Amino acid sequence: MQHTDNFQEITHHHDYDREASRKEVIRVTVILTVITLVELALGFWLMSIHQELMRHFIKGLICIFMLAKAFYIVGYFMHLKHELRNMIMTIVVPLLLFVWFIIAFLADGNSYKNLRNKYDPHHVEESKTKVDKPVHGEEHGAKKEGAIE
Amino acid sequence: MAQAVPAEQKWWSGGKSPFNVEYGKLMMWYFLMSDAFTFGAFLISYGTIRFSSNNWPDPNEVFQSFPGLGSGYPLAFVSLMTFILIISSVTMVLAVQAGHAMDKKSVIKYLIWTIIGGLAFLSCQAWEWTHLHHEGAWWGSNPFLNMDGTKASTNFTNFFFTITGFHGFHVFSGVIINIIMLIMTINDVFERRGHYLMIEKAGLYWHFVDLVWVFVFTCFYLI
Repeated sequence: MQHTDNFQEITHHHDYDREASRKEVIRVTVILTVITLVELALGFWLMSIHQELMRHFIKGLICIFMLAKAFYIVGYFMHLKHELRNMIMTIVVPLLLFVWFIIAFLADGNSYKNLRNKYDPHHVEESKTKVDKPVHGEEHGAKKEGAIE
Repeated sequence: MAQAVPAEQKWWSGGKSPFNVEYGKLMMWYFLMSDAFTFGAFLISYGTIRFSSNNWPDPNEVFQSFPGLGSGYPLAFVSLMTFILIISSVTMVLAVQAGHAMDKKSVIKYLIWTIIGGLAFLSCQAWEWTHLHHEGAWWGSNPFLNMDGTKASTNFTNFFFTITGFHGFHVFSGVIINIIMLIMTINDVFERRGHYLMIEKAGLYWHFVDLVWVFVFTCFYLI
């Protein structure tokens, strides 16, 4: 109660238009729904495709749609788009670290795979050995193995 | 873009909140940012392990059951879960907007819908975990084969249960927070305070849970 005055200018946009906000919510809901449906369509399409390059391409598309959804949720539902620019920057700029994280770690994983395939023939042998599909229920507890092979 | 502010507005000369947000809400943002790094660390380690593996199980093979229908429905159940979470996020926005308008009755209505959505999502997840567990999947145990028919390591199930479990825990705490908000609203706490800012903070948390699901859904079920 006592500190309401301090953020009076903030709390309620005085000319707050509920109808307009409601329209925006409906618009964003429709966008999110459509993007999700497109993602699912791509997911189903992915099942029928076995060509490696094409699969990577579709997965990339799905990731772009994922980021679009994230943008709409953060920007409109969490209202970040309507905050002050300085405040937005204190949140968005640190998150840029993710760009480095993702590139560095995935590249590292990939390099580990390549090195291992090159120097560890046993591992290559093992990862090429096909096994029979285990019968349901039989596999309980029998499949324990080191987490990182 | 960002909120329009008159050029002569002196945000930093005192007496005003320079970011034009209430303290608690700003701290909620920073908490969520740190939480984003936690989830990011989980998902990136998952990605790293996946990139370092020659093969990986096919999600459409693993997640293909629907309660009451049996198996053979890839993506169906998880789509349902995704839509439940999106819709509960929408009802949360509506609750926040009702709070702006000091409309107590609508706040209560939409909070109840949000709580129902959260509980529905948790029930779906409980069913899915139980089902996978019956199939023999758990931490340290992976009954599924890789896409090309070779034997899979337990990395797949370890990451799946850890990350969806951590997300489910967030959904759970979000539901608890929303229930507390509901009780406070019913008891007129916010009416007496003169504003419903608390609902906004709970709303931020709830949307974040939805946001994380967008990433989890993509990383585990789609690609």
